[in-house]
Amino acid sequence: MSIEIDTDHPIILFEDVHKWFGDFHVLKGINIEIDKGEVVVVFGPSGSGKSTFIRTINRLEEHQNGKITIDGIELTTDLKNIEAVRREVGMVFQSFNLFPHLTVRDNISLAPMKVRKWSRQEATSISEELLERVGISDQADKYPAQLSGGQQQRVAIARSLAMQPKIMLFDEPTSALDPEMIKEVLDVMKELASSGITMVVVTHEMGFAREVADRLVMFDEGNIVEAGSPEEIFDNPENDRTKLFLSQIL
Amino acid sequence: MAIQQARSISNISNAAYNWARKNLFGSPLNILISLLIFPLLVYLFISSIDWILNEAEWDAVTSNIRLFLIGQYPQSEVWRIGVVSSITTMLLGISWHLKGLVFRRLSLIILLPLITLILIPPIFLDISIVLRSWLVVVSSGILVGYNVSRFWSISSKNLLISWLLSMLIDFILLRGIEGVEILPYVSTNEWGGLLLTFFLAIIGILLSFPLGIFLALGRRSKLPFLKGACVVFIESIRAVPLVTLLFMALIIVPLLLPEGWRLDRVGRAIAAITVFSGAYMAENVRGGLASVPIGQTEAAKALGLGPLLTTTLIVLPQALRNVIPAIVGQFISLFKDTSLVVIVGLLDLVGIGKAVVLGNVEYINQQAEVYLFIAAVYWVFTFSMSHVSQILEQSLGVGDR
Repeated sequence: MSIEIDTDHPIILFEDVHKWFGDFHVLKGINIEIDKGEVVVVFGPSGSGKSTFIRTINRLEEHQNGKITIDGIELTTDLKNIEAVRREVGMVFQSFNLFPHLTVRDNISLAPMKVRKWSRQEATSISEELLERVGISDQADKYPAQLSGGQQQRVAIARSLAMQPKIMLFDEPTSALDPEMIKEVLDVMKELASSGITMVVVTHEMGFAREVADRLVMFDEGNIVEAGSPEEIFDNPENDRTKLFLSQIL
Repeated sequence: MAIQQARSISNISNAAYNWARKNLFGSPLNILISLLIFPLLVYLFISSIDWILNEAEWDAVTSNIRLFLIGQYPQSEVWRIGVVSSITTMLLGISWHLKGLVFRRLSLIILLPLITLILIPPIFLDISIVLRSWLVVVSSGILVGYNVSRFWSISSKNLLISWLLSMLIDFILLRGIEGVEILPYVSTNEWGGLLLTFFLAIIGILLSFPLGIFLALGRRSKLPFLKGACVVFIESIRAVPLVTLLFMALIIVPLLLPEGWRLDRVGRAIAAITVFSGAYMAENVRGGLASVPIGQTEAAKALGLGPLLTTTLIVLPQALRNVIPAIVGQFISLFKDTSLVVIVGLLDLVGIGKAVVLGNVEYINQQAEVYLFIAAVYWVFTFSMSHVSQILEQSLGVGDR
């Protein structure tokens, strides 16, 4: 299968995307283009649709109207397309969601072996390499519950990276962590951002956003109300709700 | 050394004293209850021991021990049961060495009664020298297996295959092959006693467990027809007593089979037991499936695992682990429920007991002894099962610490 991918095209493309939960209109016509290698931080009040937005990118949530295209593949009900997209898109969750019945090493090597059909040897060597990269190579034989929250989240990042995704999604990756563990996770994410991978991060860590993000996107009531570079958003926000929100969290 | 010993003994007696003071004589009411119950327990214990050793007559049990163990299975073919048991204990020994904890406990549980039987002097237990030597062979199977696997290790997957394969071989050995001289065909109608109880229980468990998993997954499926069929199946089976199912199986199973196929009475009983137990198993498994957080499925999906892999590698292992007590409880129920096959004319352990008591005038006044013996046998196995389930739970709980 060889699909010509035009590198000029955005790797994530949302065109007038709508989503309802029952009667609740959670995404009200989202339009956004994200380029390859771009780091986008999404923020906004709770219930604004930012989490739903990020979860539609790998179709953990289905959208009902509009068009989502990921790396040239349109997300429809076609299961093949969905699985193809999920192979290219890694995701890190607020609650880690590591597999508690598998060791750290098996958590990381499972998907490469079962989905990419790598040999155990290849999968083990990549998991070793990734554990080194996230700085916990001495924990490979432990079970997730034996690790601290920060370590678990770093394993979760390594687990996603093992599939060698083109895009990484982070859904409030530090919100469930004790304050002293936030930095170790953000450091891994910063290193990742500098490696050139495309990242979409839902977070309220504004220090991280200012340092790493290429673009900030503010969600409110199911709409993108403002988007721009960190300088534009922090120093000179145009929208009143962005101003209000930033004044509350900064 | 002696001082140390004395000290540790006084420590123990101190601890016992403190325990008793706290738990037995902690409050006036507590003292009253202890004083009332303790003599009662002592009285019950002494009088039951006295009854068992002095008053009870056990020859209904001891002279029919072969019937209780294997029913009408032909005497000339008894060696096959010895071989089957030895294969099983050998595999157990291998599993003990390779997998440890659970199988070690299982091995010990099986060795304990075997060795007890071997060591009871002939004056107290009149069993033939042949049976005694078979007991020795069967119990040494565990040691043989254990030592074999020290030199020749096999993978977990092959161990599982060996177990399943051994069961097939066991079945062929026990049943024999028509036309083969050294393995003459023994109809399952001649199987009886503990052999039949085990056979029904093991096959029932092996079939109803996967059936239960399938039904539970089906019930959670998004496909309306599959879901509907599973719901109807589970709910209608659970609405019917096992006795009814056994009678129905006797009549209905032959009608369902294609022309020319026949299933003997044991096979029909297994069909009823499997279907019955499978429906209950499904509800247990469903509880386990519901206990796995949705985040697990999402994480698996996000990694690109399809529905089949997500279920088999991520959701099911956690779901089953969460409901081990309920699953083993269902196995124990099934084991005891096999005694209901009496009503379709099969002679399992209980059936043999009934036949022994009612069939011989001299044993008619030994009913209590016979049923007590049977109860004790059931107790040993059900207690072992629940004990092993606890060990299993602990050893699988390693990720929860």
